[in-house]
Amino acid sequence: MAAKPTIDNTPGEPLIRFEDVSIGFDEGEVLRGISFEVVPGETKVILGESGSGKTVLLKVAAGLLRPQSGRVVVMGHDLTEMKEVDLLDFRRRIGFVFQEGALFDSLNVADNVSFRLREESVAIEETEPRVREALRFVEMEDAYDKFPDELSGGMRRRVSIARALIDQPPIVYYDSPTGGLDPVTSQTIITLILRLRDLNGVTSLLATHRLQDAFGLANFAFDSKSDRVVPIWEDGKGRQFSPTNFLVLRDAQVYFQGETQELLKSADPYLREFLS
Amino acid sequence: MATLTPKTPEYTKPSPIAGLNDALKRQILSLQSYSYLVGDALAKMFSAPRYPEDVLEQMDAIGVGSLPIILLTGFFIGGVMVLNTAAQFQRFGETALTGDTVAIALVRELGPTIAGLLVTGRNGSGIASELGSMVVTEQVDAMRALGTDPVRKLVVPRLIATVLTLPLLTAVADLVGLIGGYIVAHFTLGLSAVEFWNRAIQALAFGDLVMGLAKPVVFAIIIATVACFYGLRTRGGTQGVGRATTTAVVVASVAILVSDFFLGKLLLYWFVS
Ligand SMILES: Nc1ncnc2c1ncn2[C@@H]1O[C@H](COP(=O)(O)OP(=O)(O)OP(=O)(O)O)[C@@H](O)[C@H]1O
Ligand SMILES: [Mg+2]
Repeated sequence: MAAKPTIDNTPGEPLIRFEDVSIGFDEGEVLRGISFEVVPGETKVILGESGSGKTVLLKVAAGLLRPQSGRVVVMGHDLTEMKEVDLLDFRRRIGFVFQEGALFDSLNVADNVSFRLREESVAIEETEPRVREALRFVEMEDAYDKFPDELSGGMRRRVSIARALIDQPPIVYYDSPTGGLDPVTSQTIITLILRLRDLNGVTSLLATHRLQDAFGLANFAFDSKSDRVVPIWEDGKGRQFSPTNFLVLRDAQVYFQGETQELLKSADPYLREFLS
Repeated sequence: MATLTPKTPEYTKPSPIAGLNDALKRQILSLQSYSYLVGDALAKMFSAPRYPEDVLEQMDAIGVGSLPIILLTGFFIGGVMVLNTAAQFQRFGETALTGDTVAIALVRELGPTIAGLLVTGRNGSGIASELGSMVVTEQVDAMRALGTDPVRKLVVPRLIATVLTLPLLTAVADLVGLIGGYIVAHFTLGLSAVEFWNRAIQALAFGDLVMGLAKPVVFAIIIATVACFYGLRTRGGTQGVGRATTTAVVVASVAILVSDFFLGKLLLYWFVS
């Protein structure tokens, strides 16, 4: 069995790097020549219409889909050259929150959240407190022994976040974490993501077509002292870089890439329409 | 005089040959990925990590779950065989041969095929639709994202469970078939228990038993791998799950009947002649 991959990332290097990545299916190309980088601590928001390839991009970044060309380097590992066995090991170091949660519906919430721990044969005595802690983090402790079909969409999404977090991965991919949820529940989810970013320093890719989420991430931070979400200008003056960057996908390509302000000031008609 | 040649746009009619070619290519490709899955699953049967609880759960679903229909169909198949042949044997005054016929036909042929086809319909479809729904709801991707190999966690336990339980179910089908045959023989031909069972047991040679056990093992591999294969390559939502299930059942049933013929030929050649 291959050794567990470590974060052999040289400091200052991007944690995730796409180099000219293309992938397509029978129906045609979905991503064409995609290149971008994500530095440690950054949240890259992937915006795009439905069907623009956001999910495909995240799956490529996790090695779940193989691109036809280009390179994907994550934590110093070139995913395009790894065998599936090694990719399985590698993926234990990242968290993936799927679009509809993708909870195992034959397992209860606790078993879903502890899935990875049980796979690693962690002792029961250690598993339970960790599962409770993860569920407490997403405020779902009450659902400990419920089954996924007894939960609402938002609750399922939160359990799915707990499952992705159980091993405290340095990288988390969120696939439309607020899709199909009401504004209040969406805000709860975004607050969770902010907490992970600002308290645990999680680097992430976040696919969404909801701009409110994107700007929520860009303009707010989680303040550990007051334990709440604060606007970033009160708190983030001393940052070396804005932790949130945008990437807009359109027609299989990167249409725009940059910071919040650039996106907001852009005069491009497509972006303006997207923003309105 | 300027001739007017209308510029026809480059229009390539999809030729039937090309369509056939594509279809053929797709078939060969899926045969290739099917063989790959079978090889992969067989190899992973013999190495860790293993999932014994999943094997037990599947054995329960396949074995215990299929028992009632196996009992019922086995019994009536045996009975109906005697019913149909009784008149012939009576005509030749060889009613004692009924035991031989029922035993050989059941053990060599009917037991394995009936059990195989019933388990295909009941569990093959279940496996294909379960894995198919897991694919379309991204649960299989979630499993891979959590570092677990779906072939090990989903395919191998189902394969082991089917290979272990189908031969047992076949033996049960054979037995209740004989009982059904005996009961009908007793009431229509007036055969005594000793007459029937003596002949039935003596008719069976070692080769028949080998054949009766080798077939269900092969059928089990077909059922589990075909169902998992179509389940795991499901595309296109709930509709896709339905399609995958139907295809899995049809392909597995046909494969069972076809392989039954060739296995029968091979095993008869090895053991009986
Ligand atoms: N496994 C696959 N096989 C074939 N085509 C696929 C596959 N996965 C995605 N596609 C196609 O790729 C395109 C992009 O899909 P994707 O799911 O990435 O869109 P998306 O941006 O996530 O959309 P949404 O916002 O609705 O989730 C779609 O046209 C889809 O049909
Ligand atoms: Mg998507």
